[in-house]
Amino acid sequence: MDIFIQQLVNGVVLGSIYALVALGYTLVYGILGLINFAHGELVMVGALVALSVVRTLSPLLPGLPGWVLALLGTAVAAGVCALLAILIERVAYRPLRHAPRLAPLITAIGVSIALQNLAMVIWGRQYHSVPPLLPAASHQFAGAAITEVQILIVALAALLMAGLIGLVHRTRLGRAMRACAENIQVAELMGVNVNAIVVAAFVIGAVLAAVAGVMVSANYGLAHYHMGFLLGLKAFTAAVLGGIGNVGGAMLGGLLLGIMESLGAGYLEDLSGGFLGSHYQDVLAFFVLILVLVSRPSGLLGERVGQRA
Amino acid sequence: MSLLEVRGLQVAYGGIRAVRGIDLDVPEGEVRCLIGANGAGKTSTLKALSGLLTPAAGGIRYDGQDIVGIPPHRLVRQGLAMAPEGRGIFGRLTVLENLQMGAYSQTGSARIQSSLERVFELFPRLAERRRQTAGTLSGGEQQMLSLGRALMARPRLLLLDEPTMGLAPRMVSAVFDALRLIAGQGVTLLLVEQNARMALRLANYGYVLESGTVALQGTAETLAEDPRVREAYLG
Ligand SMILES: Nc1ncnc2c1ncn2[C@@H]1O[C@H](COP(=O)(O)OP(=O)(O)OP(=O)(O)O)[C@@H](O)[C@H]1O
Ligand SMILES: [Mg+2]
Repeated sequence: MDIFIQQLVNGVVLGSIYALVALGYTLVYGILGLINFAHGELVMVGALVALSVVRTLSPLLPGLPGWVLALLGTAVAAGVCALLAILIERVAYRPLRHAPRLAPLITAIGVSIALQNLAMVIWGRQYHSVPPLLPAASHQFAGAAITEVQILIVALAALLMAGLIGLVHRTRLGRAMRACAENIQVAELMGVNVNAIVVAAFVIGAVLAAVAGVMVSANYGLAHYHMGFLLGLKAFTAAVLGGIGNVGGAMLGGLLLGIMESLGAGYLEDLSGGFLGSHYQDVLAFFVLILVLVSRPSGLLGERVGQRA
Repeated sequence: MSLLEVRGLQVAYGGIRAVRGIDLDVPEGEVRCLIGANGAGKTSTLKALSGLLTPAAGGIRYDGQDIVGIPPHRLVRQGLAMAPEGRGIFGRLTVLENLQMGAYSQTGSARIQSSLERVFELFPRLAERRRQTAGTLSGGEQQMLSLGRALMARPRLLLLDEPTMGLAPRMVSAVFDALRLIAGQGVTLLLVEQNARMALRLANYGYVLESGTVALQGTAETLAEDPRVREAYLG
Protein backbone atom coordinates (compact mmCIF):
# COMPACT_ATOMS: atom_id res chain seq x y z
CA MET A 1 0.00 0.00 0.00
CA ASP A 2 2.78 2.40 0.92
CA ILE A 3 4.51 1.70 -2.33
CA PHE A 4 1.28 2.38 -4.15
CA ILE A 5 0.84 5.80 -2.55
CA GLN A 6 4.50 6.63 -3.01
CA GLN A 7 4.40 5.74 -6.69
CA LEU A 8 1.17 7.68 -7.07
CA VAL A 9 2.85 10.78 -5.60
CA ASN A 10 5.86 10.32 -7.88
CA GLY A 11 3.48 9.82 -10.78
CA VAL A 12 1.66 13.07 -10.13
CA VAL A 13 4.98 14.94 -10.03
CA LEU A 14 6.18 13.33 -13.23
CA GLY A 15 2.75 13.75 -14.81
CA SER A 16 2.68 17.48 -14.06
CA ILE A 17 5.92 17.84 -15.99
CA TYR A 18 4.66 15.75 -18.90
CA ALA A 19 1.50 17.85 -18.96
CA LEU A 20 3.44 21.12 -19.28
CA VAL A 21 5.46 19.73 -22.17
CA ALA A 22 2.44 18.08 -23.79
CA LEU A 23 0.72 21.47 -23.91
CA GLY A 24 3.42 22.76 -26.25
CA TYR A 25 2.74 19.96 -28.72
CA THR A 26 -0.99 20.40 -28.50
CA LEU A 27 -1.10 24.20 -28.90
CA VAL A 28 0.92 24.10 -32.11
CA TYR A 29 -0.85 21.04 -33.46
CA GLY A 30 -4.24 22.58 -32.70
CA ILE A 31 -3.52 25.56 -34.90
CA LEU A 32 -1.25 24.22 -37.65
CA GLY A 33 -1.78 20.47 -37.60
CA LEU A 34 1.99 20.26 -37.21
CA ILE A 35 3.73 17.85 -34.86
CA ASN A 36 6.69 19.86 -33.63
CA PHE A 37 9.04 17.02 -32.80
CA ALA A 38 11.75 19.51 -31.85
CA HIS A 39 9.67 20.66 -28.89
CA GLY A 40 11.24 18.18 -26.45
CA GLU A 41 14.66 19.70 -27.07
CA LEU A 42 13.43 22.99 -25.64
CA VAL A 43 13.03 21.19 -22.31
CA MET A 44 16.70 20.26 -22.47
CA VAL A 45 17.77 23.76 -23.53
CA GLY A 46 15.70 25.23 -20.69
CA ALA A 47 17.31 22.97 -18.11
CA LEU A 48 20.86 23.61 -19.30
CA VAL A 49 20.47 27.36 -19.73
CA ALA A 50 19.02 27.65 -16.23
CA LEU A 51 21.91 25.57 -14.90
CA SER A 52 24.47 27.80 -16.62
CA VAL A 53 22.82 30.92 -15.22
CA VAL A 54 22.92 29.46 -11.71
CA ARG A 55 26.55 28.36 -12.08
CA THR A 56 27.56 31.79 -13.37
CA LEU A 57 25.68 33.83 -10.81
CA SER A 58 26.26 31.91 -7.62
CA PRO A 59 30.00 32.72 -7.30
CA LEU A 60 29.35 36.34 -8.35
CA LEU A 61 26.58 36.90 -5.83
CA PRO A 62 27.29 34.47 -3.01
CA GLY A 63 24.65 35.95 -0.71
CA LEU A 64 21.77 35.33 -3.07
CA PRO A 65 19.16 32.95 -1.68
CA GLY A 66 18.67 29.71 -3.61
CA TRP A 67 15.13 30.45 -4.67
CA VAL A 68 16.16 33.78 -6.23
CA LEU A 69 18.85 31.98 -8.22
CA ALA A 70 16.35 29.36 -9.31
CA LEU A 71 13.89 32.04 -10.35
CA LEU A 72 16.50 33.97 -12.32
CA GLY A 73 17.70 30.80 -14.02
CA THR A 74 14.14 29.87 -14.97
CA ALA A 75 13.38 33.34 -16.29
CA VAL A 76 16.47 33.42 -18.50
CA ALA A 77 15.77 29.87 -19.68
CA ALA A 78 12.20 30.81 -20.58
CA GLY A 79 13.43 33.81 -22.54
CA VAL A 80 16.06 31.82 -24.42
CA CYS A 81 13.57 29.05 -25.25
CA ALA A 82 11.00 31.57 -26.44
CA LEU A 83 13.53 33.20 -28.78
CA LEU A 84 14.65 29.80 -30.00
CA ALA A 85 11.06 28.78 -30.71
CA ILE A 86 10.45 31.99 -32.66
CA LEU A 87 13.58 31.31 -34.69
CA ILE A 88 12.64 27.69 -35.37
CA GLU A 89 9.13 28.62 -36.45
CA ARG A 90 10.36 31.36 -38.73
CA VAL A 91 13.21 29.46 -40.35
CA ALA A 92 12.12 25.83 -40.32
CA TYR A 93 8.33 25.71 -40.31
CA ARG A 94 6.86 28.85 -41.84
CA PRO A 95 8.38 28.30 -45.29
CA LEU A 96 6.74 24.86 -45.26
CA ARG A 97 3.31 26.01 -44.08
CA HIS A 98 1.64 24.90 -47.30
CA ALA A 99 3.92 21.99 -48.11
CA PRO A 100 2.75 18.38 -47.81
CA ARG A 101 2.64 17.24 -44.19
CA LEU A 102 5.66 15.00 -44.39
CA ALA A 103 8.00 17.91 -45.15
CA PRO A 104 7.58 19.83 -41.86
CA LEU A 105 7.65 16.54 -39.96
CA ILE A 106 11.04 15.62 -41.36
CA THR A 107 12.23 19.18 -40.79
CA ALA A 108 11.14 18.90 -37.15
CA ILE A 109 13.26 15.81 -36.68
CA GLY A 110 16.16 17.63 -38.30
CA VAL A 111 15.74 20.60 -35.98
CA SER A 112 15.66 18.23 -33.03
CA ILE A 113 18.95 16.61 -34.02
CA ALA A 114 20.53 20.00 -34.71
CA LEU A 115 19.53 21.30 -31.27
CA GLN A 116 20.91 18.21 -29.54
CA ASN A 117 24.21 18.57 -31.30
CA LEU A 118 24.40 22.26 -30.62
CA ALA A 119 23.76 21.57 -26.95
CA MET A 120 26.42 18.88 -26.96
CA VAL A 121 28.93 21.38 -28.32
CA ILE A 122 27.99 23.99 -25.71
CA TRP A 123 27.50 21.82 -22.63
CA GLY A 124 29.47 18.69 -23.48
CA ARG A 125 28.43 15.06 -23.35
CA GLN A 126 28.62 14.66 -19.60
CA TYR A 127 25.82 14.61 -17.08
CA HIS A 128 25.71 17.84 -15.09
CA SER A 129 24.66 17.67 -11.49
CA VAL A 130 22.20 20.36 -10.59
CA PRO A 131 22.90 22.04 -7.24
CA PRO A 132 20.04 21.78 -4.76
CA LEU A 133 18.86 25.37 -4.58
CA LEU A 134 15.57 24.71 -2.90
CA PRO A 135 14.94 23.10 0.49
CA ALA A 136 15.30 19.36 0.13
CA ALA A 137 13.13 18.75 3.19
CA SER A 138 10.76 15.86 2.83
CA HIS A 139 7.26 15.55 4.21
CA GLN A 140 5.21 12.48 5.03
CA PHE A 141 1.95 12.36 3.15
CA ALA A 142 -0.41 9.40 3.65
CA GLY A 143 2.56 7.14 4.18
CA ALA A 144 4.53 8.50 1.25
CA ALA A 145 7.49 10.86 1.21
CA ILE A 146 7.21 14.02 -0.85
CA THR A 147 9.95 16.61 -1.06
CA GLU A 148 9.34 20.35 -1.02
CA VAL A 149 10.73 20.55 -4.53
CA GLN A 150 8.09 18.08 -5.63
CA ILE A 151 5.33 20.04 -3.93
CA LEU A 152 6.60 23.14 -5.66
CA ILE A 153 6.65 21.38 -9.03
CA VAL A 154 3.06 20.25 -8.74
CA ALA A 155 1.85 23.60 -7.42
CA LEU A 156 3.65 25.61 -10.09
CA ALA A 157 2.46 23.29 -12.85
CA ALA A 158 -1.13 23.61 -11.60
CA LEU A 159 -0.79 27.38 -11.50
CA LEU A 160 0.63 27.58 -15.02
CA MET A 161 -2.08 25.32 -16.38
CA ALA A 162 -4.82 27.33 -14.70
CA GLY A 163 -3.26 30.44 -16.21
CA LEU A 164 -3.19 28.86 -19.63
CA ILE A 165 -6.83 27.82 -19.41
CA GLY A 166 -7.66 31.39 -18.45
CA LEU A 167 -5.66 32.71 -21.37
CA VAL A 168 -7.26 30.37 -23.88
CA HIS A 169 -10.81 30.94 -22.71
CA ARG A 170 -10.88 34.47 -21.36
CA THR A 171 -8.63 36.61 -23.52
CA ARG A 172 -8.71 38.03 -27.03
CA LEU A 173 -5.52 36.16 -27.88
CA GLY A 174 -6.99 32.89 -26.62
CA ARG A 175 -10.16 33.42 -28.60
CA ALA A 176 -8.13 34.05 -31.73
CA MET A 177 -6.10 30.89 -31.05
CA ARG A 178 -9.28 28.83 -30.77
CA ALA A 179 -10.68 30.45 -33.91
CA CYS A 180 -7.48 29.65 -35.84
CA ALA A 181 -7.64 26.08 -34.59
CA GLU A 182 -11.07 25.77 -36.19
CA ASN A 183 -10.57 27.63 -39.44
CA ILE A 184 -7.44 29.59 -40.25
CA GLN A 185 -8.80 31.22 -43.41
CA VAL A 186 -11.93 32.52 -41.75
CA ALA A 187 -9.91 33.76 -38.77
CA GLU A 188 -7.77 35.66 -41.26
CA LEU A 189 -10.88 37.20 -42.81
CA MET A 190 -11.85 38.43 -39.34
CA GLY A 191 -8.59 40.34 -39.12
CA VAL A 192 -6.42 37.82 -37.31
CA ASN A 193 -2.76 37.93 -38.27
CA VAL A 194 -2.31 34.17 -38.32
CA ASN A 195 1.48 34.35 -38.16
CA ALA A 196 1.30 36.31 -34.93
CA ILE A 197 -1.03 33.72 -33.41
CA VAL A 198 1.24 30.88 -34.50
CA VAL A 199 4.23 32.64 -32.95
CA ALA A 200 2.26 33.13 -29.74
CA ALA A 201 1.50 29.40 -29.60
CA PHE A 202 5.16 28.54 -30.11
CA VAL A 203 6.26 31.02 -27.45
CA ILE A 204 3.77 29.81 -24.84
CA GLY A 205 4.81 26.23 -25.50
CA ALA A 206 8.50 27.16 -25.25
CA VAL A 207 8.07 28.93 -21.92
CA LEU A 208 6.21 25.94 -20.49
CA ALA A 209 8.94 23.64 -21.84
CA ALA A 210 11.66 25.73 -20.21
CA VAL A 211 9.89 25.61 -16.87
CA ALA A 212 9.42 21.87 -17.28
CA GLY A 213 13.14 21.52 -18.02
CA VAL A 214 14.04 23.29 -14.78
CA MET A 215 11.57 21.07 -12.94
CA VAL A 216 12.99 17.83 -14.31
CA SER A 217 16.56 18.80 -13.54
CA ALA A 218 15.60 19.97 -10.05
CA ASN A 219 13.66 16.78 -9.39
CA TYR A 220 16.39 14.38 -10.52
CA GLY A 221 19.37 16.64 -9.82
CA LEU A 222 20.73 15.98 -13.32
CA ALA A 223 20.80 17.63 -16.71
CA HIS A 224 22.42 16.66 -20.02
CA TYR A 225 22.16 17.35 -23.71
CA HIS A 226 20.10 14.26 -24.46
CA MET A 227 17.46 14.66 -21.75
CA GLY A 228 14.84 16.27 -23.97
CA PHE A 229 14.51 13.50 -26.49
CA LEU A 230 12.77 10.77 -24.53
CA LEU A 231 10.88 13.25 -22.40
CA GLY A 232 9.60 14.93 -25.54
CA LEU A 233 8.42 11.66 -27.01
CA LYS A 234 6.63 10.80 -23.80
CA ALA A 235 4.97 14.20 -23.58
CA PHE A 236 3.89 13.78 -27.19
CA THR A 237 2.41 10.43 -26.19
CA ALA A 238 0.59 12.20 -23.36
CA ALA A 239 -0.81 14.76 -25.79
CA VAL A 240 -2.05 12.00 -28.10
CA LEU A 241 -3.48 10.11 -25.15
CA GLY A 242 -5.49 13.15 -24.08
CA GLY A 243 -6.45 14.06 -27.64
CA ILE A 244 -3.89 16.14 -29.50
CA GLY A 245 -5.04 19.68 -30.14
CA ASN A 246 -7.08 19.66 -26.94
CA VAL A 247 -5.65 21.74 -24.07
CA GLY A 248 -7.51 19.90 -21.30
CA GLY A 249 -6.55 16.63 -22.95
CA ALA A 250 -2.84 17.43 -22.78
CA MET A 251 -3.14 18.07 -19.06
CA LEU A 252 -5.13 14.90 -18.42
CA GLY A 253 -2.93 12.82 -20.70
CA GLY A 254 0.24 14.08 -19.02
CA LEU A 255 -1.01 13.30 -15.56
CA LEU A 256 -2.31 9.86 -16.54
CA LEU A 257 0.90 8.92 -18.32
CA GLY A 258 3.01 10.03 -15.37
CA ILE A 259 0.93 7.97 -12.96
CA MET A 260 0.85 4.91 -15.22
CA GLU A 261 4.60 5.06 -15.64
CA SER A 262 5.29 5.38 -11.94
CA LEU A 263 2.93 2.60 -11.00
CA GLY A 264 4.38 0.54 -13.82
CA ALA A 265 7.87 1.12 -12.47
CA GLY A 266 6.72 0.04 -9.02
CA TYR A 267 4.83 -3.06 -10.02
CA LEU A 268 6.07 -4.24 -13.40
CA GLU A 269 8.63 -6.53 -11.81
CA ASP A 270 6.15 -8.17 -9.42
CA LEU A 271 3.43 -8.47 -12.00
CA SER A 272 5.65 -10.10 -14.58
CA GLY A 273 7.26 -12.41 -12.04
CA GLY A 274 10.60 -10.69 -12.42
CA PHE A 275 10.54 -11.00 -16.20
CA LEU A 276 10.24 -7.25 -16.77
CA GLY A 277 12.16 -4.88 -14.51
CA SER A 278 11.30 -1.29 -13.59
CA HIS A 279 13.52 -0.08 -16.41
CA TYR A 280 10.70 -1.13 -18.72
CA GLN A 281 8.77 1.93 -17.61
CA ASP A 282 9.95 3.79 -20.70
CA VAL A 283 8.52 1.10 -22.92
CA LEU A 284 5.21 1.45 -21.15
CA ALA A 285 4.67 4.95 -22.53
CA PHE A 286 5.05 3.77 -26.09
CA PHE A 287 2.89 0.76 -25.45
CA VAL A 288 0.23 3.26 -24.35
CA LEU A 289 0.83 5.32 -27.51
CA ILE A 290 0.30 2.32 -29.76
CA LEU A 291 -2.78 1.26 -27.82
CA VAL A 292 -4.33 4.72 -28.11
CA LEU A 293 -3.53 5.04 -31.80
CA VAL A 294 -5.09 1.68 -32.52
CA SER A 295 -8.16 1.85 -30.33
CA ARG A 296 -9.00 5.53 -30.03
CA PRO A 297 -6.91 7.71 -32.35
CA SER A 298 -8.72 10.86 -31.25
CA GLY A 299 -7.54 10.37 -27.66
CA LEU A 300 -9.54 10.67 -24.47
CA LEU A 301 -10.92 14.19 -24.92
CA GLY A 302 -10.22 14.74 -28.61
CA GLU A 303 -12.89 15.16 -31.19
CA ARG A 304 -13.04 12.96 -34.22
CA VAL A 305 -10.39 13.96 -36.70
CA GLY A 306 -11.98 15.22 -39.89
CA GLN A 307 -14.01 17.78 -37.98
CA ARG A 308 -11.41 20.31 -38.95
CA ALA A 309 -12.92 22.52 -41.64
CA MET B 1 -14.44 56.08 -59.59
CA SER B 2 -15.93 52.96 -58.06
CA LEU B 3 -15.17 51.73 -54.56
CA LEU B 4 -14.04 48.44 -56.10
CA GLU B 5 -12.52 48.18 -59.56
CA VAL B 6 -11.42 44.86 -60.96
CA ARG B 7 -9.55 44.68 -64.25
CA GLY B 8 -8.54 41.54 -66.12
CA LEU B 9 -8.63 39.40 -62.99
CA GLN B 10 -7.33 35.87 -63.41
CA VAL B 11 -7.24 33.16 -60.76
CA ALA B 12 -5.55 29.82 -61.33
CA TYR B 13 -5.13 26.64 -59.28
CA GLY B 14 -1.97 25.08 -60.60
CA GLY B 15 -2.72 24.72 -64.29
CA ILE B 16 -6.49 25.15 -63.91
CA ARG B 17 -7.68 28.63 -64.78
CA ALA B 18 -10.82 29.23 -62.74
CA VAL B 19 -11.18 32.95 -63.51
CA ARG B 20 -10.05 34.06 -66.97
CA GLY B 21 -9.80 37.81 -67.00
CA ILE B 22 -12.87 39.56 -65.67
CA ASP B 23 -13.73 43.22 -65.11
CA LEU B 24 -16.04 44.28 -62.28
CA ASP B 25 -17.04 47.62 -60.80
CA VAL B 26 -18.83 48.18 -57.54
CA PRO B 27 -19.65 51.85 -56.88
CA GLU B 28 -19.98 53.00 -53.29
CA GLY B 29 -23.46 52.51 -51.84
CA GLU B 30 -24.63 50.06 -54.48
CA VAL B 31 -25.57 46.41 -54.32
CA ARG B 32 -24.16 44.39 -57.18
CA CYS B 33 -24.50 40.68 -57.73
CA LEU B 34 -22.48 37.98 -59.38
CA ILE B 35 -24.47 35.00 -60.60
CA GLY B 36 -23.40 31.86 -62.38
CA ALA B 37 -23.54 28.10 -62.39
CA ASN B 38 -21.54 25.81 -60.10
CA GLY B 39 -17.87 26.04 -60.88
CA ALA B 40 -18.20 29.29 -62.82
CA GLY B 41 -15.52 30.90 -60.65
CA LYS B 42 -17.60 33.01 -58.26
CA THR B 43 -15.91 31.89 -55.06
CA SER B 44 -12.50 32.10 -56.67
CA THR B 45 -13.24 35.70 -57.61
CA LEU B 46 -14.32 36.66 -54.10
CA LYS B 47 -11.31 34.92 -52.56
CA ALA B 48 -9.04 36.98 -54.77
CA LEU B 49 -10.88 40.19 -53.84
CA SER B 50 -10.62 39.49 -50.11
CA GLY B 51 -6.94 38.62 -50.30
CA LEU B 52 -7.28 34.90 -49.56
CA LEU B 53 -5.92 34.06 -53.01
CA THR B 54 -3.29 35.89 -55.00
CA PRO B 55 -4.49 36.54 -58.56
CA ALA B 56 -2.52 35.03 -61.43
CA ALA B 57 -2.98 38.32 -63.25
CA GLY B 58 -5.01 41.48 -63.25
CA GLY B 59 -5.58 44.41 -60.96
CA ILE B 60 -7.84 45.08 -58.00
CA ARG B 61 -8.35 48.62 -56.72
CA TYR B 62 -10.28 49.25 -53.55
CA ASP B 63 -10.91 52.84 -52.59
CA GLY B 64 -8.44 53.87 -55.25
CA GLN B 65 -5.63 51.73 -53.88
CA ASP B 66 -4.07 48.67 -55.50
CA ILE B 67 -4.77 45.86 -53.02
CA VAL B 68 -3.25 42.88 -54.81
CA GLY B 69 -0.98 41.07 -52.37
CA ILE B 70 -2.41 42.66 -49.22
CA PRO B 71 -3.44 39.89 -46.80
CA PRO B 72 -7.08 39.61 -45.66
CA HIS B 73 -6.36 40.62 -42.07
CA ARG B 74 -5.15 44.01 -43.29
CA LEU B 75 -7.93 44.51 -45.83
CA VAL B 76 -10.61 44.02 -43.20
CA ARG B 77 -9.05 46.89 -41.24
CA GLN B 78 -9.65 49.04 -44.31
CA GLY B 79 -13.31 48.09 -44.39
CA LEU B 80 -13.25 45.25 -46.90
CA ALA B 81 -14.91 42.24 -45.28
CA MET B 82 -16.20 38.91 -46.54
CA ALA B 83 -18.76 36.41 -45.30
CA PRO B 84 -17.34 33.21 -46.78
CA GLU B 85 -19.06 30.40 -48.62
CA GLY B 86 -20.47 27.75 -46.30
CA ARG B 87 -20.73 30.29 -43.46
CA GLY B 88 -17.40 29.44 -41.82
CA ILE B 89 -18.81 29.59 -38.32
CA PHE B 90 -16.43 28.74 -35.47
CA GLY B 91 -18.53 25.83 -34.22
CA ARG B 92 -16.79 25.36 -30.89
CA LEU B 93 -16.93 29.05 -29.97
CA THR B 94 -20.10 30.56 -28.57
CA VAL B 95 -22.32 32.87 -30.61
CA LEU B 96 -20.98 35.84 -28.68
CA GLU B 97 -17.36 34.74 -29.19
CA ASN B 98 -18.00 34.40 -32.93
CA LEU B 99 -19.29 37.96 -32.99
CA GLN B 100 -16.32 39.14 -30.95
CA MET B 101 -14.06 37.47 -33.51
CA GLY B 102 -15.91 39.48 -36.16
CA ALA B 103 -14.82 42.62 -34.32
CA TYR B 104 -11.21 41.44 -34.03
CA SER B 105 -10.09 44.22 -36.37
CA GLN B 106 -11.91 46.86 -34.32
CA THR B 107 -10.67 48.83 -31.35
CA GLY B 108 -12.55 50.52 -28.54
CA SER B 109 -14.91 48.49 -26.42
CA ALA B 110 -17.71 51.07 -26.63
CA ARG B 111 -17.59 50.94 -30.41
CA ILE B 112 -17.60 47.13 -30.41
CA GLN B 113 -20.46 47.09 -27.92
CA SER B 114 -22.54 49.35 -30.17
CA SER B 115 -21.80 47.11 -33.19
CA LEU B 116 -22.97 44.19 -31.10
CA GLU B 117 -26.20 45.94 -30.23
CA ARG B 118 -26.81 46.73 -33.88
CA VAL B 119 -26.28 43.10 -34.84
CA PHE B 120 -28.57 41.89 -32.07
CA GLU B 121 -31.19 44.35 -33.24
CA LEU B 122 -30.93 42.98 -36.77
CA PHE B 123 -30.90 39.35 -35.60
CA PRO B 124 -32.67 39.09 -32.23
CA ARG B 125 -32.28 35.32 -32.39
CA LEU B 126 -28.54 35.72 -31.96
CA ALA B 127 -29.03 37.73 -28.79
CA GLU B 128 -31.13 34.93 -27.31
CA ARG B 129 -28.45 32.38 -28.14
CA ARG B 130 -25.35 34.39 -27.36
CA ARG B 131 -24.04 31.86 -24.80
CA GLN B 132 -24.77 28.85 -26.98
CA THR B 133 -22.03 27.01 -28.87
CA ALA B 134 -22.32 28.14 -32.47
CA GLY B 135 -22.09 24.58 -33.79
CA THR B 136 -25.46 23.83 -32.23
CA LEU B 137 -27.28 26.57 -34.19
CA SER B 138 -29.57 25.66 -37.07
CA GLY B 139 -28.37 26.31 -40.62
CA GLY B 140 -30.42 29.49 -40.87
CA GLU B 141 -29.17 30.76 -37.52
CA GLN B 142 -25.61 30.03 -38.54
CA GLN B 143 -26.14 32.13 -41.64
CA MET B 144 -27.44 34.97 -39.50
CA LEU B 145 -24.37 34.59 -37.35
CA SER B 146 -22.11 34.66 -40.39
CA LEU B 147 -23.72 37.91 -41.56
CA GLY B 148 -23.74 39.41 -38.09
CA ARG B 149 -20.11 38.49 -37.60
CA ALA B 150 -19.15 40.16 -40.89
CA LEU B 151 -21.01 43.31 -39.82
CA MET B 152 -19.03 43.42 -36.56
CA ALA B 153 -16.06 44.54 -38.68
CA ARG B 154 -18.12 47.64 -39.71
CA PRO B 155 -17.38 47.01 -43.38
CA ARG B 156 -17.58 49.59 -46.08
CA LEU B 157 -17.62 46.87 -48.72
CA LEU B 158 -19.04 43.48 -47.84
CA LEU B 159 -18.46 40.46 -50.08
CA LEU B 160 -21.10 37.78 -49.59
CA ASP B 161 -20.62 34.27 -50.94
CA GLU B 162 -23.96 32.51 -51.30
CA PRO B 163 -25.54 33.60 -48.03
CA THR B 164 -28.69 31.60 -48.74
CA MET B 165 -27.02 28.32 -49.64
CA GLY B 166 -28.99 25.35 -48.31
CA LEU B 167 -31.67 27.41 -46.61
CA ALA B 168 -35.43 26.86 -46.64
CA PRO B 169 -37.46 29.44 -48.63
CA ARG B 170 -38.63 31.27 -45.51
CA MET B 171 -35.03 31.63 -44.30
CA VAL B 172 -33.97 32.79 -47.76
CA SER B 173 -36.36 35.71 -47.60
CA ALA B 174 -35.24 36.48 -44.04
CA VAL B 175 -31.64 36.68 -45.22
CA PHE B 176 -32.59 38.94 -48.13
CA ASP B 177 -34.57 41.18 -45.77
CA ALA B 178 -31.49 41.48 -43.60
CA LEU B 179 -29.30 42.25 -46.62
CA ARG B 180 -31.73 44.98 -47.68
CA LEU B 181 -31.43 46.54 -44.22
CA ILE B 182 -27.65 46.29 -44.31
CA ALA B 183 -27.55 47.93 -47.73
CA GLY B 184 -29.94 50.58 -46.41
CA GLN B 185 -27.36 51.44 -43.77
CA GLY B 186 -24.97 52.39 -46.54
CA VAL B 187 -22.83 49.27 -46.76
CA THR B 188 -21.74 48.49 -50.31
CA LEU B 189 -22.47 44.87 -51.22
CA LEU B 190 -21.08 42.44 -53.76
CA LEU B 191 -23.35 39.45 -53.57
CA VAL B 192 -22.65 36.02 -55.05
CA GLU B 193 -25.84 34.02 -55.39
CA GLN B 194 -27.32 30.95 -57.01
CA ASN B 195 -30.75 32.36 -56.29
CA ALA B 196 -30.67 34.75 -59.23
CA ARG B 197 -34.28 35.84 -58.89
CA MET B 198 -33.84 37.20 -55.37
CA ALA B 199 -30.37 38.52 -56.09
CA LEU B 200 -31.54 40.53 -59.10
CA ARG B 201 -34.37 41.93 -57.06
CA LEU B 202 -32.01 43.24 -54.39
CA ALA B 203 -29.15 44.37 -56.62
CA ASN B 204 -29.19 47.24 -59.06
CA TYR B 205 -26.57 45.75 -61.34
CA GLY B 206 -25.41 42.22 -62.06
CA TYR B 207 -22.73 40.14 -63.70
CA VAL B 208 -23.26 36.67 -65.11
CA LEU B 209 -20.17 34.52 -64.83
CA GLU B 210 -19.67 31.53 -67.12
CA SER B 211 -16.53 29.38 -67.10
CA GLY B 212 -14.50 32.13 -65.55
CA THR B 213 -15.55 34.95 -67.85
CA VAL B 214 -18.27 37.60 -67.65
CA ALA B 215 -20.82 36.37 -70.20
CA LEU B 216 -23.36 39.12 -69.54
CA GLN B 217 -23.73 42.21 -67.47
CA GLY B 218 -26.24 44.97 -67.01
CA THR B 219 -28.74 46.55 -64.72
CA ALA B 220 -30.80 44.14 -62.67
CA GLU B 221 -33.90 44.88 -64.74
CA THR B 222 -32.20 44.18 -68.07
CA LEU B 223 -30.69 40.96 -66.77
CA ALA B 224 -33.99 39.78 -65.30
CA GLU B 225 -35.58 40.34 -68.71
CA ASP B 226 -32.79 38.77 -70.72
CA PRO B 227 -33.97 35.52 -72.31
CA ARG B 228 -30.61 33.81 -71.75
CA VAL B 229 -30.68 34.68 -68.04
CA ARG B 230 -34.32 33.69 -67.75
CA GLU B 231 -33.63 30.34 -69.31
CA ALA B 232 -30.43 29.48 -67.45
CA TYR B 233 -30.93 31.04 -64.02
CA LEU B 234 -34.54 32.00 -63.49
CA GLY B 235 -36.08 28.85 -65.04
N1 LIG C 1 -8.60 24.77 -54.33
C1 LIG C 1 -8.87 24.45 -55.61
N2 LIG C 1 -8.01 23.67 -56.30
C2 LIG C 1 -8.24 23.35 -57.59
N3 LIG C 1 -9.32 23.76 -58.27
C3 LIG C 1 -10.21 24.54 -57.64
C4 LIG C 1 -10.04 24.92 -56.28
N4 LIG C 1 -11.08 25.69 -55.92
C5 LIG C 1 -11.86 25.78 -56.99
N5 LIG C 1 -11.34 25.10 -58.03
C6 LIG C 1 -11.92 24.99 -59.39
O1 LIG C 1 -12.11 26.28 -59.89
C7 LIG C 1 -13.34 26.37 -60.58
C8 LIG C 1 -14.17 27.50 -59.99
O2 LIG C 1 -14.51 27.17 -58.66
P1 LIG C 1 -15.30 28.17 -57.71
O3 LIG C 1 -15.35 27.57 -56.36
O4 LIG C 1 -14.73 29.52 -57.83
O5 LIG C 1 -16.74 28.14 -58.37
P2 LIG C 1 -18.12 28.75 -57.87
O6 LIG C 1 -18.62 29.56 -58.99
O7 LIG C 1 -17.95 29.40 -56.56
O8 LIG C 1 -19.01 27.45 -57.73
P3 LIG C 1 -20.16 27.07 -56.67
O9 LIG C 1 -21.40 27.72 -57.16
O10 LIG C 1 -20.26 25.59 -56.77
O11 LIG C 1 -19.73 27.55 -55.34
C9 LIG C 1 -13.99 25.01 -60.46
O12 LIG C 1 -13.76 24.31 -61.66
C10 LIG C 1 -13.28 24.36 -59.33
O13 LIG C 1 -13.20 22.97 -59.50
MG1 LIG D 1 -18.71 29.07 -54.70
